[in-house]
Amino acid sequence: MQRSILSRRISVLFASPAFIFIALFLIYPFVSIIFISMTNRTLVGATAQNPDFVGLDNYIRLFEPSRWMNRGEMGFSLYITVQFVIGSALIGQAGLGLLIATLFQRRKGFIRELVFSLAVAVWIAPDVVVAFAWFAFLDPFDGTLNAILGALGLGQPDWLLKYPLLSIIFFNTWRGTAFSMLLFSSALSSIPPSYMETADVVGASTLQKLRDILLPLLRPYIATDLILITLWTFNTFTPFLLTGGGPAYRTELLSIYTYRTGLQFFEIGKGSAIAVIVMLINLVLASVYLISLRSRPLEQPSD
Amino acid sequence: MTLILENVHKAFGAVKAVNGFNLSVADGEFIALLGPSGCGKTTTLRIIAGLETLDEGRVVIAGKDVTELPPRDRDIAMVFQDYALYPHMSITDNIGYPLKVRGVSKADRDSRVAAVAGNLQIGNLLERRPSQLSGGQQQRVAVARAVVHHAQVFLFDEPLSNLDAKLRLEARAFLKHLQREVGITSIYVTHDQAEAMALADRIVVMQSGEIMQVGSPLEIYRRPANTFVASFIGNPPMNLLQCTVDTGQSIIQFAEELAIIRLPENSHNTIMNVKPHEQVTLGIRPEYISIRAEPSATTIPGKLYVIQNLGGEILVIARFGEQLLSIRMFQEETPELPEQVWLDLDFDHVFFYGANGQLLQ
Repeated sequence: MQRSILSRRISVLFASPAFIFIALFLIYPFVSIIFISMTNRTLVGATAQNPDFVGLDNYIRLFEPSRWMNRGEMGFSLYITVQFVIGSALIGQAGLGLLIATLFQRRKGFIRELVFSLAVAVWIAPDVVVAFAWFAFLDPFDGTLNAILGALGLGQPDWLLKYPLLSIIFFNTWRGTAFSMLLFSSALSSIPPSYMETADVVGASTLQKLRDILLPLLRPYIATDLILITLWTFNTFTPFLLTGGGPAYRTELLSIYTYRTGLQFFEIGKGSAIAVIVMLINLVLASVYLISLRSRPLEQPSD
Repeated sequence: MTLILENVHKAFGAVKAVNGFNLSVADGEFIALLGPSGCGKTTTLRIIAGLETLDEGRVVIAGKDVTELPPRDRDIAMVFQDYALYPHMSITDNIGYPLKVRGVSKADRDSRVAAVAGNLQIGNLLERRPSQLSGGQQQRVAVARAVVHHAQVFLFDEPLSNLDAKLRLEARAFLKHLQREVGITSIYVTHDQAEAMALADRIVVMQSGEIMQVGSPLEIYRRPANTFVASFIGNPPMNLLQCTVDTGQSIIQFAEELAIIRLPENSHNTIMNVKPHEQVTLGIRPEYISIRAEPSATTIPGKLYVIQNLGGEILVIARFGEQLLSIRMFQEETPELPEQVWLDLDFDHVFFYGANGQLLQ
């Protein structure tokens, strides 16, 4: 172990502002929400002032088997969320990000700059701006997409009404691909060019190069990327701006479900219970991430 | 197999990396491309490999024009400067990779890898990962991967530059021996002249994308075709002195009138090629200058600058005007020299280069 240049007392002093912030804004809400989730507290009315302790009632209501998979209930929302995560994060963002990064590997020029700049611009734009842009894009009558489809002589459906989940999956893929793209792009540039050139010289095909060299070398980066974007996508709230969770709860992600229960239906207690469950799921995902980081071997075993 | 490069041109933007490169390599020949950084030697090698497209010219391997072919169809093997061993594969899998992509069966592959590895004395490392190997061992693995499939041409891109001095000498001998044994045409890029001298049948000296001289190591050492090669080859390189020659009277007058040499009768032929009173450069290797206590007809004055005993040979640096001249003496004892010395030039080993830097002959 290398000796720290600071004494322990000074280190604690320097770290304390961060610790205080974490305690105030992360640990305190975390503990308090667990407490609230065991009460019947509401946003208005008598139980807003004097909530009663109800034990695990809120949790039992959430996991009530007869209603679990009904629209607007916990199970249905979880199911929607899983589809959303797989579609927009794992397949959409990671897949598209890897594809773009590979296509533009070690290439310079206008097209690469354009693609990368646009992707990053989309990534950092404010949620509300982005949501309005997509309204304009998807509008059934005056939207850009349907204008194009109409010009091509194709059907012009009301996307947010007919394919709401698909719409927000595309939206979120478009919105977040930049992160995976940048991560894979820098991972690829860390691979010495001679690796691929050696493969070229010995006669490996594109598929062989991908299977034997690129993917094994990228594996730790892919793991990091997948876990991070899974966490983020799991918690994203932005699709609410586009669909409000509807129509008929068909795009009600867990984050939206939590919001609706607690802040629209005013059932703070029940909403907190959902939030606690979401946090537990996040905790599991984050643990997987941390464990995979810690146990990442210097060399991956070959198959 | 034979290899022919015909009028090869390659530019990166405004920079001409390779400018009209012509070379014909015989079957089994070991060629070194030698030159300073940025002289185009690596680009030339990559053009042969097909990793770089060329702007103009042809590459012919074994009588077949491969100019338009991708690397995989050229039947070449290449060793990179960083060895390019795959960190996620065992040594066996690394060496066997060229066979794997050709669809050789696992059993067949492993036996061929074992044979090559045994031959290169790395048979005991096959289960390891590249990161567990020393630099010298990694280098051998990279060579083993090149040897394992029987390519027509070997290409080496500074394969020894990442090794320390002692290992480099070892690896040099090993490479030379191996190339003799397998007898495969090899192109070897290096900026280290000692490496090129030791390994190559012929050396191609390059500068700014152009060939400065092609010849055997001895030819290049003995008779540099121009001042660039003269000042690049040799350690220390050739001493180069500005002078004018009066051919009629066999008088050499050095710049700034530092000295005049009147040549003895029997050595006139070396200056026959020089036009009278033309500004020329006189070149002489450090070993052909002797130090005298007294002036004579073929000496120039020098001020002692420093004496370096290199063990087995002495390197004396003397000041002649503004210039430092190297003198090599083959002896073990450090000589006691006065500050004022007389440098005797051996005119059997003097070359004259014209104003354009080319050897006058």
